[in-house]
Amino acid sequence: MINITKPTDGQPVAGNVVEPFLRSDRMPHIWCSGCGIGTTVNSFAHALIDSKIDLRTVALVSGIGCTGRVAGYVNLDSFHTTHGRAIPFATGLKLANPKLNVVVYSGDGDLSAIGGNHLIHAARRNLDLKVICVNNLVYAMTGGQTAPTTPGHAITSTSPYGQCEPSFNLPHLVEAAGAVYVARWTTFHVRQLARSIGEAFQKKGFSFIEVISPCPTLYQRRNKMGDGLDTMKYYKEKSKVRHGAPTGEVGLTINGEIVVGKFVDRDRPDYQSLYRAQMVESLGDRYIEQPDIESTDLEHPEESCACS
Amino acid sequence: MKADPRGVLTGTHFLDGDHACCEGALAAGSRFAAGYPITPSTEVVERFASRVPTVGGTFIQMEDELAASITLQGAVWGGAKAFTVTSGPGFSLMMEHIGYAAMTETPCVFVDVQRGGPSTGLPTLPAQADMMQARWGSHGDYEIIALCPNSPQECFDLTIKAFNFAEEFRVPVMFMMDEVVGHMTEKVVIPPADQIEVVPRQHTKKSVADYLPYGTNVNQVPEMAHAGEGYNFHVTGLTHDERGYPNMTPQTQDKLVRRLQNKILDAADRITLLEEERTDNADVIVVSYGITSRVAQRGIELARAQGLRVRKLRLITCWPFPEKRIKELARTAKAFVVPELNLGQMVREVERAAGPHARTVSVPHAGGSVHRPDDILKAIVEVSR
Amino acid sequence: MGVWERPPLPKGGFPVPKGRVSIVVERCKACGFCVEFCPTKVLALSSAFNSKGYHPPHVVAPEKCSGCDLCGMYCPDFAIYGQKVAEAKGSAKPKAEASHES
Repeated sequence: MINITKPTDGQPVAGNVVEPFLRSDRMPHIWCSGCGIGTTVNSFAHALIDSKIDLRTVALVSGIGCTGRVAGYVNLDSFHTTHGRAIPFATGLKLANPKLNVVVYSGDGDLSAIGGNHLIHAARRNLDLKVICVNNLVYAMTGGQTAPTTPGHAITSTSPYGQCEPSFNLPHLVEAAGAVYVARWTTFHVRQLARSIGEAFQKKGFSFIEVISPCPTLYQRRNKMGDGLDTMKYYKEKSKVRHGAPTGEVGLTINGEIVVGKFVDRDRPDYQSLYRAQMVESLGDRYIEQPDIESTDLEHPEESCACS
Repeated sequence: MKADPRGVLTGTHFLDGDHACCEGALAAGSRFAAGYPITPSTEVVERFASRVPTVGGTFIQMEDELAASITLQGAVWGGAKAFTVTSGPGFSLMMEHIGYAAMTETPCVFVDVQRGGPSTGLPTLPAQADMMQARWGSHGDYEIIALCPNSPQECFDLTIKAFNFAEEFRVPVMFMMDEVVGHMTEKVVIPPADQIEVVPRQHTKKSVADYLPYGTNVNQVPEMAHAGEGYNFHVTGLTHDERGYPNMTPQTQDKLVRRLQNKILDAADRITLLEEERTDNADVIVVSYGITSRVAQRGIELARAQGLRVRKLRLITCWPFPEKRIKELARTAKAFVVPELNLGQMVREVERAAGPHARTVSVPHAGGSVHRPDDILKAIVEVSR
Repeated sequence: MGVWERPPLPKGGFPVPKGRVSIVVERCKACGFCVEFCPTKVLALSSAFNSKGYHPPHVVAPEKCSGCDLCGMYCPDFAIYGQKVAEAKGSAKPKAEASHES
């Protein structure tokens, strides 16, 4: 049986389990044909459904870039912040209201270049943040410039003769900085990605999930690698699941093997546990824990007031 | 609304400006600060770090000012009143996020304890050379409020005012101290909590269906919601419509930035705080702010002793600039004398407002120390001839 | 029966999951992910156009759709999704639960 629906732009679509997680009035989105970001959003939505998390507690923070636009398209409390600074914004959000489940959803350039410093410090502190890093190997939004993750020899708009710099191995970087959960998937691995995001929600501490994604308009086109579908087939063919692989060995090359899987899943006390423990040890009874933020009762908003 | 007594250190204290500013923040209800050390502002957050765990709040020292200036905004959207402190080089780093706070209408306070610049400059010595930067430092069209205390007591009182303005107008407020005011120790009286008025977060009482994150009524300031309440709102630095959704058209841009400007300028009468002496018919009006106003006081006294008709006008609010008052005074005064610890910043505003009706004379100082009263006297005498 | 023995396969035949695909034509950007990754090759790109000029997919083998929703999970444009329909092929009796009775 087939069912072809033709809603006008911006109408919600009943029946798709992902639809309630979208701001339907903003569809269709701006991402290109064959871009994988939307695919990662499906996995994210499924992870939220399967984990049965209270959606009111989920806040999503993104930076600038194509992946940064996710914040505008998901139907959650969402914050589209400045380039590279999603993680410190998320830090403030989490510390002010520890009950929030704060997700940072941003791209490789935003998180590892301009945001690199914040990435490593948040991992060091082991802040309870879930970071989903969509890695399309370039700065896509601005036209396909070199990113710290662009593999060697790749052509980009700012390395027209081939990229000569060594590129970041993000799982290795964040593991060394202190992350407690590190995984990498590609946009081909939709179910595994959903499962990893779900696992990250169960974990307290800094979780980092890298998702390799096509950028057919810029990265793949300039490197004559075909379109989004060709890239997905490449992911299917060349990725190798190696759970627990040493992160030092999972670097990416321009057309080599892509090691995917859950690389790190360890336990360390998260920032807030450490803070509380330190304060209690030093101050004893004098330590006053930050009171819970009073939430507005949405059934009777006029009666309550969340204000300090 | 009255201050929360848990944050109010009622009593008579002997504090420096930095410490008094921290107490002001606590009294105003701030329970979150994100900071980065920079002389001469560091003591504000050092004191906050030591006080806030016994009051019920959080301090985090971030890895740089870029982080600090946005972490505090995350905390605001999580429900807290938040601030940061810095000085020149850090203030420059924070500019992008001051613009973000203005664009997203995030109520918060940025304390700048000014020091000699540019660049690393004079870390331990005063200047007042960030005044234009406070107004124009970030890109684009936006308005901010800037307050200038001239004593540790004012560092306490005006910090509360800064938070109140921030909440009322949903705007980042620049608290422009200088190194001398920050490091001078004087008597600071902190009243009981029930004598301190604080403005609470303007939280919406609308239901999820009715709430528009950036919808406004006649006062041009939207009501706020916090993350975690189910409103599912969107906040972005892109030009946005009443729903908070990016809407990048010239029409939306015009509507939005004009409102960001007008919500402050239309209320300028309430925001521009001045200290004036009501002497009649002065020939010369000395316009000053911050520590310079205390030196100017002596300069005015010396000038009056010589029989000159001089009057003091102290800017407590530097931005929005009180151009209406300057225009009024320009009609009857002969000249404005504007001493500042910079090579001429606020004097440009005075000159612009005074127009051809009165002369405007700058008494500049490159920074590193304060004026001598004689410098100001000399300018008054010269302009009185 | 001991725990190490598998339950027997039902005699009347296996219930095969059945599904139905819905396509949101106007959202589609014809990336081809759904066509490629449908495990039972239910879809193909059509020669029709949506208003943006893309060829959306259409269902060519509806009886093969199991409602797995892999198309929905892959679609970057939220333009297609599969749903299970409550219909069992083969014998009417055996349902998934029956195989765990022992």
